Amino acid sequence: MPENLFKVNMKEYILPGSRACQGCGLTLFYRYALKALRENTVITLPACCLCVLHGIYPKTAVDIPCLNNTFASTAASASGIVAGLNALNRTDTTVVAVAGDGSTYDMGIQALSGAAERGTDFIYVCYDNEGYMNTGTQRSSATPLGALTTTTPILTKQQPKKDFIKIMEAHNLPYMAAASPSYPIDLYDKFVKAKRIKGTRYMHIYVPCPPGWMYPARDTVRIGKLAVETGIAVLFEIEDGKFRFTGRSKTLAERGKRLPVINYVERQGRFKKMNLEQLKQFQTGVDNKWNEYLKMAEG
Amino acid sequence: MNNVRIMTGNEAAATGVKLSDAQVIATYPITPQSSLAEILSQYVESGKFKAEYVRVEGEHTAMSVCISASTVGARVFTATSSNGLLYMHEQLHWAAGARLPIVMCCVNRGVGAPWTIFNDQQDSFAQRDTGWIQIYCRDNQEILDTVIQAYRIAEEVYFPVMVCYDGFVLSHTMMPVEIPDSRGAKEFLPPYKPHTIVSADDPKYINPVLLPVRRPNSEGVLCDGYMEMRYKLQAAMEKSRDVIVATNSAFSDAFGRNHGGMLWEYMTDDAELIMTAMGSMATEATMAADMLRAEGLKVGVVGIRVFRPFPKQDVLEAFKKASVIVAFEKSISYGFEGGLASELKAAFYGTDINIPIHDYIAGLGGRDVKARELAEAAKSSIASIESGDINKKTTWLNCYTG
Repeated sequence: MPENLFKVNMKEYILPGSRACQGCGLTLFYRYALKALRENTVITLPACCLCVLHGIYPKTAVDIPCLNNTFASTAASASGIVAGLNALNRTDTTVVAVAGDGSTYDMGIQALSGAAERGTDFIYVCYDNEGYMNTGTQRSSATPLGALTTTTPILTKQQPKKDFIKIMEAHNLPYMAAASPSYPIDLYDKFVKAKRIKGTRYMHIYVPCPPGWMYPARDTVRIGKLAVETGIAVLFEIEDGKFRFTGRSKTLAERGKRLPVINYVERQGRFKKMNLEQLKQFQTGVDNKWNEYLKMAEG
Repeated sequence: MNNVRIMTGNEAAATGVKLSDAQVIATYPITPQSSLAEILSQYVESGKFKAEYVRVEGEHTAMSVCISASTVGARVFTATSSNGLLYMHEQLHWAAGARLPIVMCCVNRGVGAPWTIFNDQQDSFAQRDTGWIQIYCRDNQEILDTVIQAYRIAEEVYFPVMVCYDGFVLSHTMMPVEIPDSRGAKEFLPPYKPHTIVSADDPKYINPVLLPVRRPNSEGVLCDGYMEMRYKLQAAMEKSRDVIVATNSAFSDAFGRNHGGMLWEYMTDDAELIMTAMGSMATEATMAADMLRAEGLKVGVVGIRVFRPFPKQDVLEAFKKASVIVAFEKSISYGFEGGLASELKAAFYGTDINIPIHDYIAGLGGRDVKARELAEAAKSSIASIESGDINKKTTWLNCYTG
């Protein structure tokens, strides 16, 4: 474990000239994930923000091989890469599928569940920015209750976010983890560990999105930290069925001083029409989930 | 003849896949394709055939697995039917756009709603414009041989190839099939050489976003826009005709069986009326031709083997001496007519061939088509021309139309 950021892999795999937005949480996560994954890695992507970050033909900003496939097929594409590499006896390559919450929670859930059930040897990463951000901030099933999106433009989203992490827990994977780019060392360590483990590994990365969440680009790290401080995003890992808190979430679990969700909500334009009832429901949902995790941590 | 066995169309296809040394197989079960997937599973699990077999959770994934495994550099195979093929539709475009030499068997079946599990060709006909080469087989021997040919064609022109054959009529019907020896098959089919490969050794960004205009790369070299890529797809598909014909000839030289390249002909030399169809119905038409010949009528058959690329120059040659064409089709373009009749008319436009083409829709959803019925249809076409109804409207054969 690197004790500070100067001890992580110094090589940069995202070169200058990426097409991501200013203050992009995805870019920050991807930078540290690639540092941890290093060479001998193949990425596969659906159409998403990351596809744009990689670049428009004939230029690319990322120095890791990457194969695009269609929106519902990220995990299926990874299955194909794994099968192809197995057939060609190249089993040392790490295959990584990276997709947003839209293509993970919604259209790609079938392919991901299928690949996980087959025990496909790959890492699936969901970067969760809580909506269809690449197409202009439409509602996904990962969008939280009370958020404005371009397809819930007046009434806000009326349903709470889908508990997708629980769906992945039900697949009994050898390793799954949740991380945030606001805590890069915690994130880095989890990718280093995931690379070592065989079988299907699921990584859930909570990535703040300035244009979609409507906050100033300079606040990305702060918003990501507030998500963890409030318990909306929880840093954890589950290895062979055993849950443990990590990083900041671990100290929060031990000392029990979570901030109220209002501290997080009030800084984002997307919540400006959230009513008191929704705020209460949001807080209750976060508290219940937090208590569930506390019980899981006890074993 | 050596090594002849009695087998179903699905077993013939599986044998072809095994002889082609496919390295990755991804399938999802659907009637009437299922036994093909089962036979391949038997081969792989018994150790007779070394391949990575991915039992996927749906056809969209089956094609996605083939796409990515092919991009890694493996020879891949899948098979489906009917709604399964429709479920793959998005990935069919992706496979062709990425210029991947995927071989797939389409065991032809009608599509819902309402449900039918029985044969027609609406499934593959509806994929006409996806950029796949489509070959229709008339019997089980041709299925086995065409699978092997399909890999050689696909890997030479970098197009996916759909080997189509009629569900149940061929897939579940036993016929004698001569099995090529595996050394001969290996000599005929050299190893797959991918044009672009995703590999950890060489960072590349494959199938990225393209803009409408041509753009320079970081070294200032002007690169294709989306439209140039599409032009190349079309130009290469047009050229693939010669490769298909050459592959058929090479196969004929190596194994002594000639399936006809783009199309095949039966007693057309002096034929005044030519019946045409794709797949097993074309075989049925040869029996109808025999019946009509016995009555003294000069009738022949052209079996269209390759539907895409459409064999324009071949049909001009094959039909040039005919005075009437009768097309039997197991699919229809709703709101117009059978697709084969339309294609023939388009191919003849502006040439010396200006003959009536009578279109018969037949055998949808597994309705039986007998040689006698095809012969009667041909005779009714002759009768309508004699009575002055030259361009007879599309007829639904053996169908109650109220």
